[in-house]
Amino acid sequence: MTKFKKNGGKESPAINTSALPDIVFMLLFFFMVATKMRDPSVLVRTNVPTVSEVEKIVKKSWVNHILVGPPLNTAEFGNSPRIQFDDKFGDVEGANGVGVFITMKKNEQPEGIRDYLTTSIKADRSVRMGLIQDIKQELRKINSLKLLYSASEGDVEE
Amino acid sequence: MADIAFLLLVFFLVTTTMDQQKGLRVQLPPYPDPNVPPPVVEQNDRNVLEVLVNSADQLLVERKPLRLEALTDLTKKHIQNEGRLPNFSDSSQAAVVSLKNDRGTSVERYVQVYNELIRAYNEARDEYSSSKYGRSYADLPDKSDEQIAVKKKYPMKISEAEPVEY
Repeated sequence: MTKFKKNGGKESPAINTSALPDIVFMLLFFFMVATKMRDPSVLVRTNVPTVSEVEKIVKKSWVNHILVGPPLNTAEFGNSPRIQFDDKFGDVEGANGVGVFITMKKNEQPEGIRDYLTTSIKADRSVRMGLIQDIKQELRKINSLKLLYSASEGDVEE
Repeated sequence: MADIAFLLLVFFLVTTTMDQQKGLRVQLPPYPDPNVPPPVVEQNDRNVLEVLVNSADQLLVERKPLRLEALTDLTKKHIQNEGRLPNFSDSSQAAVVSLKNDRGTSVERYVQVYNELIRAYNEARDEYSSSKYGRSYADLPDKSDEQIAVKKKYPMKISEAEPVEY
């Protein structure tokens, strides 16, 4: 029975670390690909509401973003909510308005998918609906009817 | 070599923001043609659940104040009524939720209210789907006959009033 007797103080074998660089590189590539540099040209604060029934966007390239919120640079632009698309401030109506912007974005896309384009309104939770309503009316005027209220997933808090 | 790789790894770890695009999907009604008068729709009052949100973010449902947490259950009661209670809908197909907000309502409250309405429909669809097909609505294959049948049974009719000028 000496065969089964443990001789005390047995050392555990060293862990084989030769695969470590592979793992590190794999992680590195993952984050390199998944990373999206925070857009430095965000001009408005958009702290979106938290709700439970969110849907994920599958086709990201089919979405145009409109940001609405109080300007980050309050010293220069004041406190009242502004609209931002691409990297500049815009208006509700007129030559620099929502309708013109979305129409322009629509025309960049091939004809077949234009009806599937969604407009995402990423609005700060403090923004008043009056402004959003005006944007909605502009979108209806150009018959761009798919809309997404940007929100994060979580429990609804009072 | 490994040092550089680690450095890059840490860099991307820190700068990464998973671009999560999530939100509530909404279909807007087409813009009314100013030359055509709006069609007069006879809508039985019992089939319409009237939800109002004022500028102080308070809810008024069927002319009574209501807390946000109670909205899902009330909406579900409305769409699943099938003619039982006299104040709620005749049938799930006829049930309509009318949402009206003030220009001063905050985006947060509006999105929350919309969320509760969508939740009510999702739960109603789920219950119907589980009892009929033994699977939750989300598990039904996309564009399958079952999914279409559930959608037809509980069509999401959330109507928003035309904004009025004050």
